Amino acid sequence: MTTAQQPEVSLEMAREFGLSEGEYNNALKILGRQPTYTELGIISVMWSEHCSYKSSKKWLMTLPTTGPQVICGPGENAGVVDAGDGDAIIFKMESHNHPSYIEPFQGAATGVGGILRDVFTMGARPIANMNALRFGAPEHPKTRHLVSGVVAGIAHYGNCVGVPTIGGETNFHPAYNGNILVNAMTVGVAKADRIFYSAAAGIGNPVVYVGSKTGRDGIHGATMASAEFSEDSEEKRPTVQVGDPFTEKLLIEACLELMETDAIVAIQDMGAAGLTSSSVEMAGKGGLGIELVLDDVPMREEGMTPYEIMLSESQERMLIILKPGREEVAKAIFDKWELDFAVIGTLTDNGKLVIKMHGQTWCDMPIAPVSNASPLYDRPWEPTPAAAELEDAVRALPADRTLGDILEKIMSCPDQASKRWIWEQYDSLVNGDTRFMSGQADAGVVRLPGQSKGIAVTTDCTPRYCLADPVRGGAQAVAEAYRNLSAVGALPLAVTDNMNFGNPEKPRIMGQFVGAIQGMADACRALDFPVVSGNVSLYNETNGEAILPTPAIGAVGLLPDAMIAVGIAFRNEGDTILLVGEGTGHLGQSLYLREILGREEGPPPPVDLAVERRNGEFVRSLIAEGLVVSSHDIQDGGLLVTVAEMAMAGGIGANLSGLDGADAGTLFGEDQGRYVLAVRADKAAAVQEKAKAAGVPVSVLGKTNGTALTGRGGEAITIARLKKANEAWLPGYMAAAE
Amino acid sequence: MKAAVIVFPGSNRERDAVAALEAASGTKPHLVWHRDTELPKVDLILVPGGFSYGDYLRSGAMAAHSPIMREVKARADQGVRVLGICNGFQIITEAGLLPGALMRNAKLKFICRTVHLRVENTDSPFTAKYRKGQIVRYPVAHGDGNYWTDAETVKRLDGEGQVAFRYVSDEGRDDPLWNPNGSLDGIAGIFNAKRTVLGLMPHPEDAVSAFHGNTDGKPMFDGLVEALS
Repeated sequence: MTTAQQPEVSLEMAREFGLSEGEYNNALKILGRQPTYTELGIISVMWSEHCSYKSSKKWLMTLPTTGPQVICGPGENAGVVDAGDGDAIIFKMESHNHPSYIEPFQGAATGVGGILRDVFTMGARPIANMNALRFGAPEHPKTRHLVSGVVAGIAHYGNCVGVPTIGGETNFHPAYNGNILVNAMTVGVAKADRIFYSAAAGIGNPVVYVGSKTGRDGIHGATMASAEFSEDSEEKRPTVQVGDPFTEKLLIEACLELMETDAIVAIQDMGAAGLTSSSVEMAGKGGLGIELVLDDVPMREEGMTPYEIMLSESQERMLIILKPGREEVAKAIFDKWELDFAVIGTLTDNGKLVIKMHGQTWCDMPIAPVSNASPLYDRPWEPTPAAAELEDAVRALPADRTLGDILEKIMSCPDQASKRWIWEQYDSLVNGDTRFMSGQADAGVVRLPGQSKGIAVTTDCTPRYCLADPVRGGAQAVAEAYRNLSAVGALPLAVTDNMNFGNPEKPRIMGQFVGAIQGMADACRALDFPVVSGNVSLYNETNGEAILPTPAIGAVGLLPDAMIAVGIAFRNEGDTILLVGEGTGHLGQSLYLREILGREEGPPPPVDLAVERRNGEFVRSLIAEGLVVSSHDIQDGGLLVTVAEMAMAGGIGANLSGLDGADAGTLFGEDQGRYVLAVRADKAAAVQEKAKAAGVPVSVLGKTNGTALTGRGGEAITIARLKKANEAWLPGYMAAAE
Repeated sequence: MKAAVIVFPGSNRERDAVAALEAASGTKPHLVWHRDTELPKVDLILVPGGFSYGDYLRSGAMAAHSPIMREVKARADQGVRVLGICNGFQIITEAGLLPGALMRNAKLKFICRTVHLRVENTDSPFTAKYRKGQIVRYPVAHGDGNYWTDAETVKRLDGEGQVAFRYVSDEGRDDPLWNPNGSLDGIAGIFNAKRTVLGLMPHPEDAVSAFHGNTDGKPMFDGLVEALS
């Protein structure tokens, strides 16, 4: 083999590429020689944390991933579930944390682009986007700039491709000061018998490159995402890719058009580690070899080396294995959409990745041994010590503040304040299929194109719970997703997980990861809510400071008819307000404790999975029978905050006679498994009968009435006051910089 | 009523438009690719929303030069009704069918929300089913909806009844606080002189059914069907 023009490979260089000495020695052993420069680059990305899941795999394997509704679990580009009638729902959530911190606009934009490709590469038309964002403290000097850039980037990409962004969540906490989280989720719909996979097949079949041209952007992005940040992270800006949503839109249409023919054997997007991971994964899954001639790769820049071409993370590119003789059919479609199309190689029977350019061979290595040898670690871990219970006295309301002042403070705190400033920048309506978007219901709801059937989508995680108790926090994230889907009336189908953690080489952090997985696995099992896709983002640390453990859960549910879905808004005067479920007044890790008493203490609320399931099934059955007018699960801020949100959304108040004499625990406790429902007054008795029969505790809180929250000692808290407090914070905060 | 919906690379609200037209007329509209040079015989041409050519260069500027637009202009000259929504408004304005220009929103951000509009002139097939002065709610979803034209033109638009819709408060007052994009005089949509061409930024096609929770856009499509069938 010729190695001219390639730098000499050494252990030093391997370390710079992110390989450990042991990993480098293993590469030498597998190849039986020194790798070439190009080979070293390829091996280093294949074995990076980002691509190999080497720290997390052992634990991810313990998650339940099967069920009668699962068509395809983890391991493909996205998860696939059965939505009945021959329809399949394809979805996944993925992080773009490191790039978004360095360059928020492009980092977030390309995060949306990447997750869209993961979904449409399997044959699905994307029908909904979501996002889960975590930023540092509002007072931190970078936060405003990051919020502004990330939101604009998501809007730029999602709006242009014509996929509605229908929901998400946003938190602020100082633990994210140096590492924000940008987790983007896409949901698509396909025919269950027209799903496309990535395993290559057919020796001699052409390997086709479509989409944008390859440039030098994003080289070693996967390696960057596998290391902690330090002071000089700004210097990594050149490794952030630049997105072009217009090309992505064309790529979606062209790929879906090609998928209607019989030309495709396998298809995969070029995501992290670009051409390297797509070619290696496709050939590897098919047990074949692949030979690429890089002279034929469409290039944006002059003089790119094989190393740069293989590791470029230029966006909006796909790799396709075509059936022989179908090149012309395929090319005509990509010509129509004015996208590059090039045959750049063939599948071979020798199991090797061979890369040629300028008449020379730059890489010639066996795929399976390198893929299979990607390291797997059983990293040492420590369980998180249990937090001490709070003293009973904490349940007494403070004597020096009115309830109105307390509620106003909670409604206007950064985590609880309305995120309208964010979601009004997203096109939530394009396609005309959106039933519920942000602010209207516990989950976003869209109908399938041309059908009445609906899909509900939610993203959930409460990182402060996860820090205090990762096991409970992991279970809670799954339970909350289950509850949010149930609250709109949707049958929960499956979950995608986006595991955001610090440095797994620290046993404390690894323990958070292990704990969260354990809690999630318990909850997914108990709720028949399997994990079908996911993504892991580790090393979210800066100068040794880790983020809060954030196992973000994305989930989808099914509605036989999107029109039966129920939103949070009170709709009529005189409806009966019911509390489903019961609590003990759990204030540990609550917003009340943090915002009113200034304490981030105590254990998070326990999660009783049997109760979650029973109460969720009960609420869904009521909605299916058309008995529910308004529905909202009780989460951050507790019961009174939940009722306040329903009142604000509908512009109708509530007389809460059922809360006379209630203490802080009852009003603001964050006990799980609970819902607030509004039902027509003449149906309330029937609902309570059904509850009794189902063994579900249901109590009457009061009735919808007027323009204020009243009752409980007579103090009226007007909706106008709450709305003002809730809506003012974020626009005011963002305007302070303008 | 027979209708054609023009599709450019980057169009993304053509499905919404097709659904609204089909629901109102019972007939599926023709989808016409931007590179085509001929149009079927139709009563209405709809230029839909989206990001034609990624809105690169300037919103609508490149699409205005697509081959099909020569034919659209020729038909418009013959009196065929043309409806440009959002990016479609930008495209037909760039193509010279309507005066003025659409600039970046005053607050420099994309905005998606339901706005209140006052119907200013009902003497057109687009607005015949509304009452003059009626307040309707349509969603907007755009980054470049800030309408601008010179003082003389705006005077003429007003005088000749060419302003179709204005952004107003929920109570129907002229109020800059309720103008989502900084448009001159709150202009949300305008007609050509003969009122055979309408361009508007808001999306009547996303407000035509109980599913949308808003049917304020339906009279526009019903009115077109009634006038053009």
